[in-house]
Amino acid sequence: MDKPYNNKAWFLVVPVFALVALSAIIPIMTVVNYSFQDTFGNNQFFWAGTEWFQDVLSSDRFWDALGRNFMFSVIILSIEIPLGIGIALTMPKKGIWVPVCLVTMALPLLIPWNVVGTIWQIFGRADIGLLGYSLDQLGVNYNYASNIFDAWATIILMDVWHWTSLVVLLCYAGLVSIPEAYYQAAKIDGASRWSVFRYIQLPKIRGVLIIAFLLRFMDSFMIYTEPFVLTGGGPGNSTTFMSIDLVKQAIGQFDLGPAAAMSLVYQLIVLSVCYVFFTVMSNVGVDKPDARVED
Amino acid sequence: MASITLDRLAHSYDPNPKTDADFALKEIDYEWEDGGAYALLGPSGCGKTTLLNIISGLLVPSKGHIKFDGKDVTHLQPEERNIAQVFQFPVIYDTMTVRQNLAFPLLNRRVPRDEITKRVADMIEVLDLADKADRKARRLTADEKQKISLGRGLVRYDVNAILFDEPLTVIDPHMKWQLRTKLKDLHRQLGHTMIYVTHDQTEALTFADKVVVMYEGEVVQIGTPEELFDEPAHTFVGYFIGSPGMNVLPCQINGKTAEIGSTKIELAREYNISGSNIELGIRPEFVSLSSDRAGIPVQIDAVENIGRFKIVRANLEGHSINAVLKEGESVPADPTFKFATDRINVYENSHLVRAGG
Repeated sequence: MDKPYNNKAWFLVVPVFALVALSAIIPIMTVVNYSFQDTFGNNQFFWAGTEWFQDVLSSDRFWDALGRNFMFSVIILSIEIPLGIGIALTMPKKGIWVPVCLVTMALPLLIPWNVVGTIWQIFGRADIGLLGYSLDQLGVNYNYASNIFDAWATIILMDVWHWTSLVVLLCYAGLVSIPEAYYQAAKIDGASRWSVFRYIQLPKIRGVLIIAFLLRFMDSFMIYTEPFVLTGGGPGNSTTFMSIDLVKQAIGQFDLGPAAAMSLVYQLIVLSVCYVFFTVMSNVGVDKPDARVED
Repeated sequence: MASITLDRLAHSYDPNPKTDADFALKEIDYEWEDGGAYALLGPSGCGKTTLLNIISGLLVPSKGHIKFDGKDVTHLQPEERNIAQVFQFPVIYDTMTVRQNLAFPLLNRRVPRDEITKRVADMIEVLDLADKADRKARRLTADEKQKISLGRGLVRYDVNAILFDEPLTVIDPHMKWQLRTKLKDLHRQLGHTMIYVTHDQTEALTFADKVVVMYEGEVVQIGTPEELFDEPAHTFVGYFIGSPGMNVLPCQINGKTAEIGSTKIELAREYNISGSNIELGIRPEFVSLSSDRAGIPVQIDAVENIGRFKIVRANLEGHSINAVLKEGESVPADPTFKFATDRINVYENSHLVRAGG
C-alpha cells in the first residue's frame, strides 16, 4: 500500500467544485437560509428556527397538494409504463419502418412543456378545440375549467401523450439489444408468447425500465408548467400540485420562509421516494445467498 | 432420436440463383445415422451455419428436402421438429434458477409435474450442477451456462437431434477441454444424434465419429478423423486438417513417377492422368530427413520448435514444404527429404485421384 500521496492533486478538483458550488450548493443554501429565518423587508432577517417547517407540515394545504402529487404520479405511471412497454413490443426491429416509428415516437418529446399545455388548452375548448368540440357534439358535457374530473382527465391524457414516448424509446432500446439466439432458443423450448415476454424480454429490459420509471416519477412529481398553463391549478384547488402551490406562496404571496421550508420538504420527499424505488427495483429478482425458488 | 436425410439439398440466399457460385450451400445428398456424432467443419463463410439452420428449421432450403426418420420436415417450424440447439453464446433464462431453467421446456410441453421433478433431478446429476441447482442461472460462469442450455435440450428425452453452433466460442480454454469431454460422455450415455458446427479442427476431430468438411459451400469430404488424415479427398481438407497442414506441390505425373520441376519422386502405383492441374500431397508427418544423397534435395529455411516436435520449413524447387521431426531427432548436416511412398496422395483439380483413376 505504498501509494504516492500528493495533496496538490486537490487543485485539479477545484474547477468542478466551483461549478457544483455555483450551480447547486449556493442556491440550495439560499433556500435553507430563508427556511430558518423571517424577514420584514429592508434585508433584515430574524432567526425563526423550525417554525416554518412546523407551519408547512401542519397545514392542510400542504398535505392536500402532496396527496394530489402522489395520486397524479401513480396514475400516470400505471398508464405510461405498461403502455410504453406494449408499444415498444409492437415496433418493428428492422427494416425501413424503424426510423419512421422512432421519429414519430420522439416527436411529442421535442415540444416544450408550456407549448404542450397551450396545445391541450386549445384542443380541449368546446368552442374552437377539436377534442372539446367533438365531445360537445357527442353530447358529453366536457369542461376542464369547471369540472374536476375533466380537468384531471385532460392533464393525465396530456401527460400520457407527452411522455409515453420516453418509456417506449427506452424499452425499445432494451428490446433490440436482446440477441436473436434467445428467441430461437425459446422457440425450440416451446415457450409461449407470454413466457418469452416474462422470462426473456422483461428481465432483459429491467435496467432501462428502472430508469424510465424513475425519470417519469421524478418528472411527474415535479409537474408544474402543463397544469399551470391548462388550468392554473383549478377548478378550485383541484389541480394545485405542490410546485404550483410553491410558486403561489413564493411569488404570489411573497411568503419566502414557508415557501423555502416547503421546497426543502418537497425535495426531500422526491429524493427519498426515488431512493426507495431504486433500492427496491434493483433488488427484485436478484439472487440472495440463501434464496430458494421464489417465482 | 432420428436419422437425418439430406435429399439433394441446396440453398441460395439469392431468390433466383443462376450460377453455382450463387449457392451458399451446394447440392448435398447424405444420410446421417441415428445416434451418430457428426461435426460440420470449415472456415467462416463455408456454409456450415446455413446447413445447420436448415436442419434446425430456421431456414427453408431453396432446393431439395430434409427428412427425419424418413418423414419430410422441410417446411416444419423449429418447434415442430423436436430438436434442441445450443448456440454460440449461452442462452439462459436470467430470472430462473438452474432447476427452473431445466424444467422450462418440459413445463411448456405439459409433462406431468412429478415426471419433470425426476428428469430435472437426473439432468442436474448428469451435468454436475448439484451444488448450484437452486441458484439463479445468471450468476453462473459461461461454461456452466452453456451446460444449462445443453441440459434444456437433453431433458427432453425424445429430441430428434441436438445441434451445436460453435458452442465453445465463449468458454475459457481450460474449460473447453472439460466441456468437450462432458459432451462426448453424454453422447455415449444418452445416444442422441448430435451435430456440431465448428471451425476448430481439434473440437471436430475429438468430438465426432464422422466429420463433414465444408469449403466454399461444398461438402468436400465426409469421413472419420482417420480418413481425413490419411486420405484427404480434397487439397483443402489436407491443408485444413493437421497442424501443420498437408504439403501440396504442383507436379507432372508420368506413370509411376511424379516430377516436381527436375525432382523425380516415386509413387506407390501407376496413375493414368494427364490433366494440367495435378498436385501431389504428402503430410509433414510422413516426410523424413536424412543425409542420404539419394534423397530429395531441399533447402532448409527454418526449424521451429513446438515442444513435442519440431517443424522443418524447407524449399523444394521454389515450393515451400514442411517436415515434422519427432522429439529427440535432430536435423542432419546437409539434409535431404524422403517421402513415405504409400502416404503420397495425388490430386487432379484439387480432388483426390483414387485407385483406378
